[in-house]
Amino acid sequence: MPDTLIAKVLRGASGGGPVEPGDIVVCDVEMTVLLDLQFGHDRLGDVVAVHDPDKIAVVMDHAVPAPSIRDAESGRRARAFAAAHGISRFFDIGNHGIVHQVIAEQGLARPGTVLACTDSHTCAAGAFGAAARGLGPAEVLQIVCTGRTWHQVPPTYRYELTGAKHPWVNGKDVFLHVAGAYGEATGHALEFGGPGLATVPMSDRRTIATQGAEVGADFTIFPADRICLDHLSATAPEATPLEPDEGAAYAAVRTVDLDQVSPMVALPGTVIGNAGPVGDVAGTKVDQAFIGSCANGQLTDLETAARVLKGHRVASGTRLIVTPASQRIYAQASRLGYLADLVEAGATVTNPTCGACFGYHMGVLAAGEVCITASTRNFKGRMGSPDAEVYMASPATVAVSAIRGVISDVRELDGVPA
Amino acid sequence: MTDPLLVEGRAWVFGDEVNTDDMYPGFAMRLPVAEAARHMFDASRPDWPGLVEPGDIVVGGRNFGLGSSRPVALLFRELGVGALVAERFNTLFLRNCVNYGLPALTVPGIAGAVREGDRLRVDVRAGELTDLATGTTHAGTPLPDFLADIIQAGGLIPRLEASGHLRPTL
Repeated sequence: MPDTLIAKVLRGASGGGPVEPGDIVVCDVEMTVLLDLQFGHDRLGDVVAVHDPDKIAVVMDHAVPAPSIRDAESGRRARAFAAAHGISRFFDIGNHGIVHQVIAEQGLARPGTVLACTDSHTCAAGAFGAAARGLGPAEVLQIVCTGRTWHQVPPTYRYELTGAKHPWVNGKDVFLHVAGAYGEATGHALEFGGPGLATVPMSDRRTIATQGAEVGADFTIFPADRICLDHLSATAPEATPLEPDEGAAYAAVRTVDLDQVSPMVALPGTVIGNAGPVGDVAGTKVDQAFIGSCANGQLTDLETAARVLKGHRVASGTRLIVTPASQRIYAQASRLGYLADLVEAGATVTNPTCGACFGYHMGVLAAGEVCITASTRNFKGRMGSPDAEVYMASPATVAVSAIRGVISDVRELDGVPA
Repeated sequence: MTDPLLVEGRAWVFGDEVNTDDMYPGFAMRLPVAEAARHMFDASRPDWPGLVEPGDIVVGGRNFGLGSSRPVALLFRELGVGALVAERFNTLFLRNCVNYGLPALTVPGIAGAVREGDRLRVDVRAGELTDLATGTTHAGTPLPDFLADIIQAGGLIPRLEASGHLRPTL
């Protein structure tokens, strides 16, 4: 039977026999990625032998540099683990980044393979045609030992993209458009394709794939087309094209006309059926603006923020926090002058970390505060006090809102090239 | 020894789309599990950890456990919760429940069908819930046997110890 993208990948990783939605398959895992928090309470220190040290990476990201003694202990254990098991792909502080950014930079996710990581935003690697999803720490511990896991082949919602993405429109806006219009996707895969995909660069695909977790999708997956393979040419030159089969059966096919997608904002609480055009909430006062995370801490996001902020000042009464997603991006943004533009405009630029996105450190909200964020989640209490409110938007929308001190439409900012 | 997949206890009823960050707040991730459990539902029902008793059953609505991979199941277990029942679980959340040995059963329409405080009997392997207060039985979706077996074994960790992959703790 013709395969959807996710069925094709799971079939390939589980021996090649036919699969259909609902089937449970046991897969070989090509790459398993561990992160710092797992060393806090998991039993990684008791692992007798890893299945293959060349198929494991360790990334320091959530709580770095350590904001507490407990986190410092996790870091010590992570270093000991990498040394004890001969894991060369160890991304320690100074050579680190948010796990999903590191996966992208290092070419750890290749089309048609299965990637495992505890973190819920592991679906980010679906931008590269990998079957990747959050698995939880106990299961990742098992995979470290055995190199295998199970997946249930999900039914797929296909998003057929038409038209062309406007330069001010980010992957975040496309995702919020989809989440607002179509709601949750629990137990399903999201597959993106269609002629409009040629106008969606890898950075936007990664944002969209990352955010698939927010509608409860099991997987989000993109084809390995020319744009993807070109992107992988340096890190995974052996990667080959991956497309769904003609005639594959979908739970639904939904057409998204990119010409019609404009800057979007999700209201506090959830993105599910809760997002609309920025004009709906324009004028809302913001205390904190945040650009960062695995979704929108990419180099292009910092470039956008710098372009919007250059020659402006962050409004009095508003603070802007920018967190590059990796050390590599931090260095590139420094060389290219983006960091200077941001800092001179009054932004606080932090070291790479998951920090503010999950309300752990470097940008925690107080009761009554309002934040507009380009990160991954807007749950009540996500970024600090349960009595804070978190709106979600693209880096351009967050940057212009920081200048104005209220939620604003970037298209109204004069003199900034899109 | 009692079967962990057969649970009888008092119901706590939560709504739709209860997320992991509410169940296990970011700030609580700094704390040992026993302390973190005291902060469950900080954003929506902060008094609950002081009210729940060992053996109680938590009932949720749609998309229960949307969000992060943080091991919320450990906190429920810490408080002695006997089982989770929901109309639909987030699949990452459900994997964590199974893998940490917390019985979980999907029962369509259940959040609107039982009242808080009702005594429930949940048979996870058979996929059946009985509301002992009303005598009504609700059909659920049984887990595949290999997942029920993991719960019965107490989760993946004891299995990894038994298979020699993990050094047992003393």
